[in-house]
Amino acid sequence: MMKRLESIEELKDMARKLRRDVIVSVGVGVPGHVGGSCSAADIVAALYFRKMRHDPANPKMRDRDRFLLSKGHVAILQYAALAEAGYFPVEDLAHTKEIGFHLQGHPDVLKTPGIEAGTGSLGQGLSLGLGMVLGNRIQGIDRNVYVLMGDGEIAEGQIWEAALAAKAHKADRLIGILDQNGLQAMGCVSERMDTNPLPEKWRSFGWNVIEIDGHDMEQILDALDRADRYNGRPTVIIAHTVKGKGISFAENVVSYHNGVLTEETYRRAIEELSCEA
Amino acid sequence: MYTNQRTAYGKTLVELGAVDPRIVVLDADLCASTMGKMFETAFPDRHIEMGIAEADMVSTAGGLAQTGLVPFANTFAVFMAGRAFDQIRQAVAIGRLNVKLCGSSCGLSDFADGATHQSIEDIAIMRAIPNMTVLSPADANETVEAVKAVVDYEGPVYMRLNRNDYPNTTAEGEPFVIGQPKVLREGSEVVVFATGYMNNLALEAAERLEDRASVRVVNVHTIKPLNGERIVELSRGMKGVVTCEEHSVVGGLGGAVAEALRRERLPIEFVGVNDTFGGSGHCYQDVLNYYGLTAEHVESAILSMLN
Repeated sequence: MMKRLESIEELKDMARKLRRDVIVSVGVGVPGHVGGSCSAADIVAALYFRKMRHDPANPKMRDRDRFLLSKGHVAILQYAALAEAGYFPVEDLAHTKEIGFHLQGHPDVLKTPGIEAGTGSLGQGLSLGLGMVLGNRIQGIDRNVYVLMGDGEIAEGQIWEAALAAKAHKADRLIGILDQNGLQAMGCVSERMDTNPLPEKWRSFGWNVIEIDGHDMEQILDALDRADRYNGRPTVIIAHTVKGKGISFAENVVSYHNGVLTEETYRRAIEELSCEA
Repeated sequence: MYTNQRTAYGKTLVELGAVDPRIVVLDADLCASTMGKMFETAFPDRHIEMGIAEADMVSTAGGLAQTGLVPFANTFAVFMAGRAFDQIRQAVAIGRLNVKLCGSSCGLSDFADGATHQSIEDIAIMRAIPNMTVLSPADANETVEAVKAVVDYEGPVYMRLNRNDYPNTTAEGEPFVIGQPKVLREGSEVVVFATGYMNNLALEAAERLEDRASVRVVNVHTIKPLNGERIVELSRGMKGVVTCEEHSVVGGLGGAVAEALRRERLPIEFVGVNDTFGGSGHCYQDVLNYYGLTAEHVESAILSMLN
């Protein structure tokens, strides 16, 4: 069974490690989804190392909590968490996207242990998560399914089909987490295809809404615990985040959505993310 | 015995559902038409209404499969292959999830509703997807057995079913082996590969030509994986090959058979919808006549191989 990190400091340090792992996965000279990985790293650290019941030695454990990366392009963040948790060696991360390797550009359920859903075509994670919640319910399994979405991603209509369906089916074990970093591939979400105002939209679809600072570990943990206590309705945690968080030159910079690191920027990123703790 | 594929499907799911608690059924506001309604009545806790949202339905089915259940998702064939294509490809097929997709009212069988509801591309679309199994049972009898085979098979399956009543060409209770074409009638001059309802027309044509041509009729209920070796074996020594499908002549059974026979020096004729959209009619037969799907069309295709 996964060992929980008890202190806030340990969790923050894990989030830093995940960001560093992301940089190692991306490497030098080829594009990688640095920005959206870093904006969600604190949330993912809180889920895998504190909140979720899961077992790296038994990835298919029947009564596990599940994490689905609907914004599948930040697969490298989930790989970092799975590796640090022990699903596979951390050394594998440096081989991400090599021909024939188990770490693909987007999550693949057949190739990588711990991956719950094949995502990458945006907008599908919430529906897949709903199916898992309903499947668990039919089989008497009372566990949570967490789905991480991007604020650009939710322009996909299927998200709202799933939002309706989750409410209709009273899927209270479905917890959406919205990584609201404000940027999408081609610029500001508010200028490209404005998905705001988010709390009003989700509330009107019948969801419980919790708003937090997505980089404040205490707020993240508190929101995840609060989501457990809601019954009869799904919950969305709207996390205000900074794209590229933790890497000074990448914060809020659109080009780091799928950015290329040079020898110099790689070195700086690793330095900034090396243990200050 | 049933004479309607939808009824055979709905009743068989209920029978199997009674002994297999893994079976769950999803519908998108068409359960009275897909016959998912029968399952809903029998097992309300295992029928999931997804509303008019096919894309969401298919991904949700994927999630259900990931918890060990065996979901059957139902909607019209045209919406399954069209609206939910990306969901089928991305989440279901790449991950080889154990999701069963039922494309109801296939071909021109929804005769009244016209082009928007008539599915003439679903075989082409579905068979282009890696990891997908594509089934098109001949009749109601075969549908019963196909559903059993689909439950026993682990992996994604697309099965297209006709909306209308018609007589069975296959016997009740004949085991259904995925990937194994069935010879319905022996002959030595021309081989007709047919799928779905077109098996009835192929047999009718072969019988009418009895004095003029010796025709072998083969029911290809599995379009993918197509048993290419068997298709070649059944074609060798013939003067020609005819394919019959209630589907476009582009990329369907005809395309699949032509691919299998690519190294054989044999003429092939396609009977199908001639790369055009369907349209409304007052009855099924009128629409089939209009689009060239009759025993007479099969007959002339057979005869063209003898001249």
